[in-house]
Amino acid sequence: MSALLQCEKVTIKFGGVTAVSELDLHIREHELVGLIGPNGAGKTTAFNLITGVYQPTAGSIAFGGNPTAGVKPELLSLRGISRTFQNIRLFASMTVFDNVRTAMQGNRAQRVRDALLRGKAFRETEARVKDEAMKLLKIFDLAAACDAPGKSLPYGDQRRLEIVRALATQPKLLLLDEPAAGMNPTEKQQLMELIRFVQDKFGIAVLLVEHDMKVVMGICQRITVLDYGRKIAEGTPVEIRNDPKVIAAYLGKEEG
Amino acid sequence: MMHGREKLFLLLAIAVAVALSLVSGSFNRYYLGIAVDVGINIILAVSLNLINGHTGQFSLGHAGFMAVGGYTAAKLTLLCGALLPPAAQPFLFAAALLAGGLVAALAGLFVGVPSLRLRGDYLAIVTLGFGEIIRVIFQTSEFFGAATGLTGITKMTTFGWAWGFAAVTVYVVASLVNSTYGRGFIAVHDDEIAASAMGINTVRYKVTAFVVGAFFAGIAGGLYAHHKLVLKPDGFDFVRSIEIVVMVILGGMGRTAGVICAAVILTILPELLRGVAEYRMIIYALLIIGLMLTRPQGLFTFGKKGDA
Repeated sequence: MSALLQCEKVTIKFGGVTAVSELDLHIREHELVGLIGPNGAGKTTAFNLITGVYQPTAGSIAFGGNPTAGVKPELLSLRGISRTFQNIRLFASMTVFDNVRTAMQGNRAQRVRDALLRGKAFRETEARVKDEAMKLLKIFDLAAACDAPGKSLPYGDQRRLEIVRALATQPKLLLLDEPAAGMNPTEKQQLMELIRFVQDKFGIAVLLVEHDMKVVMGICQRITVLDYGRKIAEGTPVEIRNDPKVIAAYLGKEEG
Repeated sequence: MMHGREKLFLLLAIAVAVALSLVSGSFNRYYLGIAVDVGINIILAVSLNLINGHTGQFSLGHAGFMAVGGYTAAKLTLLCGALLPPAAQPFLFAAALLAGGLVAALAGLFVGVPSLRLRGDYLAIVTLGFGEIIRVIFQTSEFFGAATGLTGITKMTTFGWAWGFAAVTVYVVASLVNSTYGRGFIAVHDDEIAASAMGINTVRYKVTAFVVGAFFAGIAGGLYAHHKLVLKPDGFDFVRSIEIVVMVILGGMGRTAGVICAAVILTILPELLRGVAEYRMIIYALLIIGLMLTRPQGLFTFGKKGDA
């Protein structure tokens, strides 16, 4: 079976700096993969390459068997790649409910004409969108806050809302960019359960970029380690934990 | 969210405007003139609010779109008016307004394209430049009367036309924004990167906002031309654009109801201050400064942001 996401020798250079170099990354359907590495290793850049924010200088990326070169982020989102952001990017002036339904409009084509004529089809779409959005919010215990401004939620809930918003696009692959950042151990525990739940319940693949080893080791089936833009290791959590190159990258090499 | 209500509101508003228009012959002409001004300014402010408020693309070119629509419509009625029987005049006027709106929308498309690469202050400067270019084109074009402008335009704008179109503008902008589709405008305003990651075609939304906004500014220009009966290029300088921007900011960016109130107040206020003659613009300016200091979020912030 071919992979859902296939990155082959992906390289990107910014001026003289090679941020990601010859990265091979494969994610199969319904797989939970971790992408780790020290600060500045190129994890977020890899994310931006996969989601179409950057175009690779060399190498190729294919999603669902189709190459993604030159495809804009919004179209990749429609094809099934969704994401959250390292520093939460909710729609600040919208309510919790609107944050979610905004992410739904791409998949459920509604056009200017429908919005203006407000006919039967329009009302049906709106009703369906509302149903689906509320269903999602209920699953993640956010339904009670649906009319509150998204930005007024506590930090952990904002992270959760961002995941709900990403799921509202009906992705096949969900990319989570450091979701545990700024969370306390209890919140991290809940987050791990949440990610596992999302993968199970929605049957999607998840690529998790994370700093926190405990979170990554705890839930990922496979882990890819980046250092200075290069892949230095790949394997199961146990393999990664005992890989001398990974230990060296994180803790520094022993002298002598 | 009761969807039947918006259409009812639109029909009712047009009916009231036309009905009032029928009896408006008995009204004081001065007040009637101000009422028409108010209607035109509502069209301008609400349409600019789609661009600046909802979509967050700071445009200072609204007077330019208004000029395009005004000159187009006036030229059409001047050229064709004498050829047609009196009974056909309202149809000619409607067609001229529509033509003005469409040409302005085309101009909006041209300005919308740079907005895809520019944001914030830079976009404001480009749109400001666009408005000035339009004005200079009309000022130097003999066909459009150069610096003297167009005169002898027939009086065709009535209370019914102005407020009828104001109702249409409010309906269109409010229905566009108040839909799942329309949340895309606000998403572009809030965070373009997140918006495109959620499958929103930010380019299309920005261009749509400029085209729709410019269309109604063009209609307002046509109504203005057939209300004032004289079109001069200086009437469409950037001060005019800023007046409309002030209405949007004062009303609360992205709040249709607030922007309508601001358009009404800012049109009537200078008239009320006529009693104090030479000080009136100073007082007007001070009032605006005072309001901005005390209510920076906009004077009228009732209702949910983005709703009508």
